[in-house]
Amino acid sequence: MNFDLRLPIGILFSLFGIILTGYGIITRGSEIYAKSLGYNINIQWGIVLLVFGLVMYFLAKRSKDS
Amino acid sequence: MLQFPIPLPLASGSMSIGESANAPVIDLHAVDYSILGIYILVVVGIGFALKRYMKNADDFFLSGRSIPAWITGLAFLSANLGAQEVIGMAASGAKYGIMTSHFYWVGAIPAMIFLAVFMMPFYYGSRARSVPEYLKLRFDEKTRGVNSVAFAVMTVASSGASLHALASLLKLLLKWDYDFSLWVSSIIVLAYVLKGGLTSAIYTEVLQFFLIVLGFAPLVIIGLNDMGGWNGLMSRMQPEFTHSWKYMGTTANPMGVEWFAMVFGLGFVLSFGYWCTDFLVVQRAMAAKSMGDARRTPIIGAIPKMLFPVIVILPGIIALGLASKTGSNYSIPNGVTGAPDYNLVIPSLIAHYLPTGMLGLALTALMASFMSGMAGNVTAFNTVWTYDIYQSYMAKDKSDAHYLWMGKVATVAGILISVAFAYAVKSIDNIMDFLQLVFGFVNAPVFATFLLGMFWKRATGHGAFFGLVSGTVAAIIFHGLSTPAILAPGETLPWIKGGWLGAHYGFTSSMAQNFWLAIVAWSVCFVVTILISLATKRTKTDAELKGLVYSLTEKISGEDEPVWKRPAVVGSVVLLIAVVLNIIFW
Repeated sequence: MNFDLRLPIGILFSLFGIILTGYGIITRGSEIYAKSLGYNINIQWGIVLLVFGLVMYFLAKRSKDS
Repeated sequence: MLQFPIPLPLASGSMSIGESANAPVIDLHAVDYSILGIYILVVVGIGFALKRYMKNADDFFLSGRSIPAWITGLAFLSANLGAQEVIGMAASGAKYGIMTSHFYWVGAIPAMIFLAVFMMPFYYGSRARSVPEYLKLRFDEKTRGVNSVAFAVMTVASSGASLHALASLLKLLLKWDYDFSLWVSSIIVLAYVLKGGLTSAIYTEVLQFFLIVLGFAPLVIIGLNDMGGWNGLMSRMQPEFTHSWKYMGTTANPMGVEWFAMVFGLGFVLSFGYWCTDFLVVQRAMAAKSMGDARRTPIIGAIPKMLFPVIVILPGIIALGLASKTGSNYSIPNGVTGAPDYNLVIPSLIAHYLPTGMLGLALTALMASFMSGMAGNVTAFNTVWTYDIYQSYMAKDKSDAHYLWMGKVATVAGILISVAFAYAVKSIDNIMDFLQLVFGFVNAPVFATFLLGMFWKRATGHGAFFGLVSGTVAAIIFHGLSTPAILAPGETLPWIKGGWLGAHYGFTSSMAQNFWLAIVAWSVCFVVTILISLATKRTKTDAELKGLVYSLTEKISGEDEPVWKRPAVVGSVVLLIAVVLNIIFW
């Protein structure tokens, strides 16, 4: 089957990462982070998701090109 | 005793999510909705993208046996990782502590490895399209009939129960309308399963796997941080909550199960019965692109499964620690009766620790797991319905296109029945408890039939059929004679808990009663199958059983595969790690 699942996984998590990081930047210093012990978890975890998403995306791209 | 939507007994109480006076209230913002919306777009999009690959019935029901092992492996794990597991295991973590890990390191792992190494060659090698069809090839029509009908009913009931739980949870947490959640999630599942068949279900299960891991990991990280790390968390627990085996022989044992029932009842009878014979999970391995990939499927699933207690059990333990922390303002939400409702542990932790943004991600993960649980059941249902019931008993020699059409009809019907079932669960008290009981009776003996079928060529169709029937009857009688507690004179229990033939055997918990019920049903089925097989003539010749029975099938040498890819080698390593984990948390 010529359908690489890593592509939609990559796109999905990259989007999630961008949204969360972006939202985290806008809400920097907001009191909503009292819940998460003061950590701006949206920026931190958003970056994790973005990295994961991009790795999946490029793995899919690379195997398609080769 | 929670036995749905997976017939493996979970540790928590029945997963009915009802009213709660102090349930967490969650406010979603635009950013949370956008995450949920994107997820829905992507899963439906995958369904539509797969549509062009769905050319014949094999593509729709078996993914054309074309999927690589890493995908089927994660789907194999994920098909079982429904919301019931996420919510139920956290609930057990809060109720029993680290002992809950037995469901993983004793329960699941050995069974998954056994399936990979010993059983997959027969399922995949026989080219059976479903587990009931294997029974037909190995034994006879009536054995397949009883298994397929029971399975079909069980899958739609589970899917309905999953739907009901989702809609109730959303109503409780987000104040969403029950009917709205129910219909919208059904339509989403319908859209992608109808377009992409089993492949859609498998792909979304893999997405859900990553979503659960990446959505819940921050919860665990922040929670552990808050508790002062692992040691800080453990110092808040009673000692019996911090060990998996140490307190098993004592009265402080929170589960009330002794080691024999744990190892033989849960570890062998129930877990092997579930992981090695339940078509919902085995179907994922059957969709793999080669025998090697089919055998690696359960092993690839077993590796993350082994680590999953961190994501699913630990939050329950963190909730306990958090509730005991002064100034945390947290307590485990109460149910209608005023007793803690452990099923709300996960939602309440999400509400406690996660800010807007991350909150949307975690809730999306939770909703995704309900929906993919439903999709898994529906895809197993449409296959068993079409091949094992419709094709076998109603319309034998139709064209491939006809069965593909039937599969789509069965998908729509399966979802509609699930919806109807969800409403039944909502309006009829105890219907789910009753069905769980019945499924427990039917499932308990099943593994004896498969074990004898695969490893003893003398086992006959009559032996298998009457063995199954007597195992189920034995389970019913056992239930009638036993109680989940040692009753005081004159004390009675509702019949659904047992003892309706007289309270002759009192157990220390309903879990212990359940494990022993399984042991008795399995043993009766095992013995009766052997006796009747010896008394009846074989109806299948050695040639017919080739590929279906161990002694008549060529061994797979695996010499051509690198060592790290051989199921027996990797399986042994995984088992060894599971043993080490048991020792570490002893």
